[in-house]
Amino acid sequence: MASLDTGGDDGHKKGPGVKKAKRQSTRVDMTPMVDLGFLLITFFIFTATMSNPTTMDLNMPKDSDKKDQETKIKQSGSLTVLLAKDNKVFYYEGEMDPTGANFKSDTYKGIRNEIINKKKEVVSHYVQDPACEQEARSKGKSIDDCKQKDFFVIIKPTDDATYKNVVDMLDEMTINKVARYALVKPFPGELDAIRLTIGGAPAAAPATPAK
Amino acid sequence: MAKAKIQKKSTETDMTPFVDVAFLILSFFIMATKFKPSEPVPIETPNSVASQIMPDNNAVMMSIDKDNKVYFSIMSKSDLQKGKDIVKEAAKRAGVTLSDGDLSHYTDGMMMGMPFNKLKSFLALPPADQAKVKQDGIPVMDSATNELVNWIGAAKYVFAGETLKYLVKGDNSSKYPAFNALIDAMKRNDEQKYNLVTMPTDAPPGSELYLDRLKGK
Repeated sequence: MASLDTGGDDGHKKGPGVKKAKRQSTRVDMTPMVDLGFLLITFFIFTATMSNPTTMDLNMPKDSDKKDQETKIKQSGSLTVLLAKDNKVFYYEGEMDPTGANFKSDTYKGIRNEIINKKKEVVSHYVQDPACEQEARSKGKSIDDCKQKDFFVIIKPTDDATYKNVVDMLDEMTINKVARYALVKPFPGELDAIRLTIGGAPAAAPATPAK
Repeated sequence: MAKAKIQKKSTETDMTPFVDVAFLILSFFIMATKFKPSEPVPIETPNSVASQIMPDNNAVMMSIDKDNKVYFSIMSKSDLQKGKDIVKEAAKRAGVTLSDGDLSHYTDGMMMGMPFNKLKSFLALPPADQAKVKQDGIPVMDSATNELVNWIGAAKYVFAGETLKYLVKGDNSSKYPAFNALIDAMKRNDEQKYNLVTMPTDAPPGSELYLDRLKGK
């Protein structure tokens, strides 16, 4: 610290008026460097994209006009999920009831339970199929696929559904390990049912002009 | 009685190891960071539990932005000429002739979202200006004039005999019809397999996949 050179306290005395050479410390103040270092760290932490984008496989069937090439699904094991606007989901099991009794609405969170329940139900009705199990074993696969071979989820995105809705739904298939599912165009009857439900629900959003 | 001598310790700590670690972290982040090439259109992809890493070579990417505009980009960093060939071939199929000179500003992975009749003037712009231009998006909604069919066909033609991945990158809020039109364009080229680009997320606890992955570990 700044202090007056009083002299007299060190052994060797220089002439009057001769100032003692100040010994400068070799230590450098590191604080600004550390500050800058941490500033850069925070910058890189914020900008770093640690998670590289991943990809999800999607295989679409070939379009075919032949009736015999169509995939046949059992009514008892099918679950149709309709993706409507504003993240609304509608579903029904088997065939749609003309009165709309089995046409239910749900959310993306709730639909998972529906899928799980339906899958459990289908698996519980499973009658042992030795041929299928044999084949699965020989390929080293689990026989789960045989058990749920009648289970089929039909995903029908309407024009109001977003891309995120579709991906979420496809993801739901992976999460719940649904082996068989398809993306299908909704029927006019189903679109009508959605319109009726959205319009008729008591807690419906204020009527906005349809785009 | 002798008093126990209390040693006066300096309150100053030695910061050196602390600084060492800090700079180690810093250098790690500097090296680990891969700067994203600036995208002319920001696309926020949905999350999924898929764990496959996105390929970044020998792939074409079709992007849908939040306004349902479709863009086409070619990722062929090992052979840039292939990308140029695809652009030329796609334009040729639509009746537009492009020369290598027109493609001098072409960069790998650039997003092209112009109808073919405007593509030439767009490609003539220097890269800095290209990013500023608001592109119209490749016309896809009308199946008769779905230009994406040409793009995919050209990519398939140039990459004949080699593996080519089709990536679809859609924005969270893009609508399904655009995606559907894209699937339609793929189908018309007899391509049924493609990958959807998503951001990774964990499998929800308790779900079958979660239990499966737990077992796998």
